Amino acid sequence: MSILLTRESRVIVQGLTGREGSFHTEQMKAYGTNVVAGVSPGKGGTTHLGIPVFDTVADAKLKTGADVTGIFVPAPFAADAIMEAAAAGIGLIVCITEGIPLYDMVRARAFVVDAGVKLIGPNCPGLATSGEAKVGIIPNHITTSGSVGIVSRSGTLTYEVIQGLSQAGVGQTTSVGIGGDPILGLSFTEVLQLFRDDPATRAVVMIGEIGGSDEEAAAEQVIGRGFGKPVIGFISGRTAPPGKRMGHAGAIISGNTGTAASKLQALKRAGAQVCDTIEEVVAAAGVAVGQPSSAAHR
Amino acid sequence: MKFLEYQVKERFRAAGVPVPDGRLARTPDEAALAAGALGPIAVKAQVPVGGRGKAGGIKLAKTPADAKRVAGEILGMTIKGYTVKEVLCETAQEITRELYLGLTLDRDARKPVLILSAQGGMEIEEVAEKNPEAIAKLHPDPWRGPLAFEVRDLIFRAGLGPLQAQLTPLVVKLYALARTYDALTIEINPLALTRDGGLVAADGKLEIDENAMFRHKDLHGADDTEEDPLEAEAKRRKLTYVRLDGSVGVIGNGAGLVMNTLDLVQREGGRGANFLDIGGGAKAEVVHSALELLASDPQVKGILINIFGGITRGDEVAHGIIDATRDLRLTLPLVVRMTGTREEEGRRLLEEAGITPATSATAAARRIVELSSGSAR
Repeated sequence: MSILLTRESRVIVQGLTGREGSFHTEQMKAYGTNVVAGVSPGKGGTTHLGIPVFDTVADAKLKTGADVTGIFVPAPFAADAIMEAAAAGIGLIVCITEGIPLYDMVRARAFVVDAGVKLIGPNCPGLATSGEAKVGIIPNHITTSGSVGIVSRSGTLTYEVIQGLSQAGVGQTTSVGIGGDPILGLSFTEVLQLFRDDPATRAVVMIGEIGGSDEEAAAEQVIGRGFGKPVIGFISGRTAPPGKRMGHAGAIISGNTGTAASKLQALKRAGAQVCDTIEEVVAAAGVAVGQPSSAAHR
Repeated sequence: MKFLEYQVKERFRAAGVPVPDGRLARTPDEAALAAGALGPIAVKAQVPVGGRGKAGGIKLAKTPADAKRVAGEILGMTIKGYTVKEVLCETAQEITRELYLGLTLDRDARKPVLILSAQGGMEIEEVAEKNPEAIAKLHPDPWRGPLAFEVRDLIFRAGLGPLQAQLTPLVVKLYALARTYDALTIEINPLALTRDGGLVAADGKLEIDENAMFRHKDLHGADDTEEDPLEAEAKRRKLTYVRLDGSVGVIGNGAGLVMNTLDLVQREGGRGANFLDIGGGAKAEVVHSALELLASDPQVKGILINIFGGITRGDEVAHGIIDATRDLRLTLPLVVRMTGTREEEGRRLLEEAGITPATSATAAARRIVELSSGSAR
């Protein structure tokens, strides 16, 4: 078991024929993902990397029964690509694209919510169900299958945790990078609920960062209400000076909300174990799933 | 992208938002001419930061001679690092009440939010903190925008019912402006109620979403090159850079990773000199440019590069590092930690060039803190 994605998922790639789309689709296929189609308007009827290409998402879904899409199209067109997938009834939309205008995303998000489908991202690394399938850009060789779920706002820190766990002999169910933008699809709250209800996931690592209040919301609404499995929390940006904007549109501290201290406190109060470094996160996750030897150094 | 007050007000005027009569002056004589034409004026420093009133950047002038004198005082002043090159000379308003009207992004609601308060002016942030019920909010549907009855409701909730007829079209216009310009923030503060009962935008702010600049190529915002010169240089190089106060230069890919690297440096007893995110998929040239930027900072006593490859490829990063250390004859201590996509190629290239990659982020942070404190004279 896992959440959101399995080896049976039928995946399409929007922007398949672009540079990033091509590179990462090859990686996704090599990982074992069932990539059934690509969508590139105007290139319908051709094949690329041995994958049939369609002009529209609706067409690709009709012909292949796709239920997941990975979006690699450039930022000016990405919100439209998200809505096209939602309108076609694709159940899980994973948008990797960075730099989408906020108003475009505000509208696309409302559209996705109305369509009743799930969106991960944008500006995210996507997700991987270890040993089964991945949609996005998480490096292939770092995952191993096991029982720890990961949810993270930061792409590169997601990789750090996955690799650290794998090197310590602790496998993962699904790793989800929800993205660092202010306007997101699935939040910590929603992904944590999925992990809570997944019997294969025995502990969850949650990697947050300064800015916004999604970590606090997840602590109060999910972790603190009978989560039933250990949650290991980590917040990056603890030494960032207030008022400085650190790259992620999301990582902005304003007033007293969104600070590392407020997030760490909320997580502790909800009963999560809070760690200082990624190494500690890895060790704690190992202990949580009964592999105390995993505290070994890398 | 930010705009100066006069630039914002030009857009307000074009959209039918009432603004005071005003003229831009670059010299005291021009300010005197403005006062001659407009009568008593407010002389206002044009800088892309708040708090200029408290810094002495806004003064009243009753006569052309007054205007010349106060403009002479304000022009050339430095306010929060910005030198005042222009003043806006505006007809002095007889203000009976200061309101606040603005729009920003509410990330918790995942929507833009219109904000209206009967208690506007310089202390609006304090009002928001201490007296939140004095602030009324409306989250318009992002597809249809605010409807008239929703706007009326906002106005009544703000306790501004008697001004409803005047305020409703203003709120609608402000929202339209926000959409037109992809505004992250657009603000009228104070929105002044004048003695004759009119509403006028006494000050205005506008910041455009950088991600949407491809739709606004014709717009020219505030010249903010007088910020920190390194930040200005970073902007020219299209690097995401923030100056900090330590001595360890940090380069990484991904905001979370870079922030975590800074946390690790601090944990090991050092302090970061900067935040520098080369982003996803960075090419060798970007790494080169980032290293060149940090090497030009006299505050930097050592550089830590932390790369975890997803879209970013280790071999590309390694090429950038190797070329930069050679081209720049880099003598500063340099520690590289690299893992992820094309990690083996990257590490091999670095080792061949005599740079030994660190084994973990923590080890790398410890090493650079040791090396950079040693090289600090």
